[in-house]
Amino acid sequence: MSEAEVKNSPATSVAAPKAEAKKDPHAEAKKQRVVTPEYMFHEAPRTKEFITGSEAAKEAIRRSNVDLAIAYPITPQSETMQLVGVLYGEGYVKEYYRGEEEVGVMAAIAGGSRSGVRCYTATAGPGTLRGLEGIASWPGHRLPAVAMFTCRVVNAPLAIQPDNIEVAYLLNCGMIVFHAENQQDMFDFTMAGFIISEKNDVTLPVGVCCDGFFVTHARGYVRMQERGIKLPPREAYHGAVPVLDAENPPARLSRDAPVQKSNFMAYNIHAVWQQEVWAAVERSRKYINQYMGGLLTAENVDGAEAVIIASGSACAQSREAVRICAEKGIKIGLIKVRSLRPFPTKELRELCKNAKLIVVPEFNIVGWLAKEVATAIYGYSKAKIIGGPRVYGGQSMPVELIVDEVESGLTGKKSTNVAMSQVMGGTVNQDDVAHFMRSI
Amino acid sequence: MSLDYVKFSNGFERFMPKEYRDMVEHGPFGKKVSVSQMGSFKEILEEHPMCAGCAMTLFIRLAMIAVPNPEDTIMVGTAGCGRLAISQAAIPFVYGNYGDQNGVASGLSRGLRLRFGDKPKDVVVMAGDGGTADIGFQQVLHSWFRKERFTTIMLDNEVYGNTGGQESGMTSRGAVLKMAPLGKKFEKMDMLQMAKVAGCAYVATVVPNNPRRVESVIKKAVLIAREVGSTYIQAYTSCNIEYAIPTDKVMEDAKNVENDRYQFTEYVSEEAKQYLAERYGYKEFLPKPAAPAGAIPNKA
Repeated sequence: MSEAEVKNSPATSVAAPKAEAKKDPHAEAKKQRVVTPEYMFHEAPRTKEFITGSEAAKEAIRRSNVDLAIAYPITPQSETMQLVGVLYGEGYVKEYYRGEEEVGVMAAIAGGSRSGVRCYTATAGPGTLRGLEGIASWPGHRLPAVAMFTCRVVNAPLAIQPDNIEVAYLLNCGMIVFHAENQQDMFDFTMAGFIISEKNDVTLPVGVCCDGFFVTHARGYVRMQERGIKLPPREAYHGAVPVLDAENPPARLSRDAPVQKSNFMAYNIHAVWQQEVWAAVERSRKYINQYMGGLLTAENVDGAEAVIIASGSACAQSREAVRICAEKGIKIGLIKVRSLRPFPTKELRELCKNAKLIVVPEFNIVGWLAKEVATAIYGYSKAKIIGGPRVYGGQSMPVELIVDEVESGLTGKKSTNVAMSQVMGGTVNQDDVAHFMRSI
Repeated sequence: MSLDYVKFSNGFERFMPKEYRDMVEHGPFGKKVSVSQMGSFKEILEEHPMCAGCAMTLFIRLAMIAVPNPEDTIMVGTAGCGRLAISQAAIPFVYGNYGDQNGVASGLSRGLRLRFGDKPKDVVVMAGDGGTADIGFQQVLHSWFRKERFTTIMLDNEVYGNTGGQESGMTSRGAVLKMAPLGKKFEKMDMLQMAKVAGCAYVATVVPNNPRRVESVIKKAVLIAREVGSTYIQAYTSCNIEYAIPTDKVMEDAKNVENDRYQFTEYVSEEAKQYLAERYGYKEFLPKPAAPAGAIPNKA
């Protein structure tokens, strides 16, 4: 390649292209037209592209009418927020900056959401935990926003590898939490997240989690609407609490001094407020059904003797395990949990009532999904629940591990990969599972 | 104009508490009031749970009078004594997490600009020395480096007052406080210098025993932050409890501290001077008229 050709080759970095003569960089963005969420999610024609999870998130933000996005680099999320920066350069996102670190970013998202604009950020692993004080306070402040968590290792020895243990922390914040399996989910969940987050009877932040690298850096087919349409803007005055714009009386939230005092009123104010936060999580169910087609999807569960329950990228390996088991003549189904908060408790109780065996493969060491499942169906199913196999620290999930658990679970053979303490329910010896039951 | 939100809805006036009616009828909203008129109008902050003789409370009262557009002002703070009073005022107040006030204010002021454009929505951060120089330090400095357009006011009582008297970064060297049993071992942090290095357009120190000066610096800081960049005011607001200052000696202490380590200083960037002169008629910042041609030096 000659020097001239090198100079003329298309830019591969995110650096701003050299300005061409007076071409409006925002021209395309200005032509976007607003459509209803119903049209966007259910009716708009879609075309298929083969893109990474980060690119899928970018395309979701392009169509989501985002006002303020705040970025801070951390692997494997960095690419997502720098691509959102490209959207800012193109005028699809109105305001954007690189924050100082995650505590500052989560604080600024809280400020932006309070001002009444639509906010977006993304982080991963240690960044999630660093920003967790702020993130955990968003629901209590009733701040609509969408945050993406591209999960990775957080514990020592530190690694940048995929591991979704950080979801365990997010589950207890009072926010809505989705878990994306693939690039398509990243795209769909992010866009639906804004609309659900801003519903008056919800008014809560939405976290869209995915397993880092597997989803962010790998490519998959994503069916997307045309670029020329976008969601309606945030209606600042439609929230459950007033925004802080000095145009209307402010909510007496934690600005109320009594909440900071140790007396009955303080306890009561905090208690009823948190009850309302979690009630709002419950009220989001109908919107998740409406815009995302349900809190879970079930494949082949009717009449199945074994069911694999998974979320995130573990669903992909589970689907392959289901195929192999079917070849072996095992009647097996797959339940993919898409919404972790709210959790599809009723749906699981119904779907699992006749199952003999439930296997819950996970990409973390603590098995937060197995605990959620066991808690949800306790008393509603006699199934033996195998909380595993589990991989972590960047390990991949061999499909054979899952198949082994299904086969040994059905035959009663002891598993070589899952500790007895991770097995619950069914006819299992209660002494064997005592350790697990203590820890849930 | 957001004055509507402090008015009564038709037919509700007689059901409102007297305090509220006084605020609507005699408050400073939509008027120009000055500290010299104190006592002749209903103040934005009157009742509060602060200790007797608290100089910080006096400063906060003065600051509330000084903000140029109280009806379009939002205050942001963090844990500490100050917010117990600020949260009682008739100005919206954000109390977020520990030390996050300058981060919150960054998102808030940017979002308000997106929604309201040039219509002034003044964001004013008021937090203690611990909140500003210790736990919030990173977000404070970064908001200044980013030239975020809001005002940061430090209520410097040189101690963690609300948690019961522990050393802070703004405590003077040698002071014996909780968590500094042998006396503080390093110097009081020079936040003024850091503000200048970080590019603040306006930096000033004040003590509360000069109300007109408090009013003057806060007005300038808020106006400059609307368009030029970050502004910083560091106010000495003693803690008479933790430093055992007799109530009737609080103003005397402020005078002594002013002479010792809190002399009035004011830095105004050239851009801010020009802005204040052109937009708000600050005569002292008008360019000095050039000497007439042919003038003879050393004569007249």
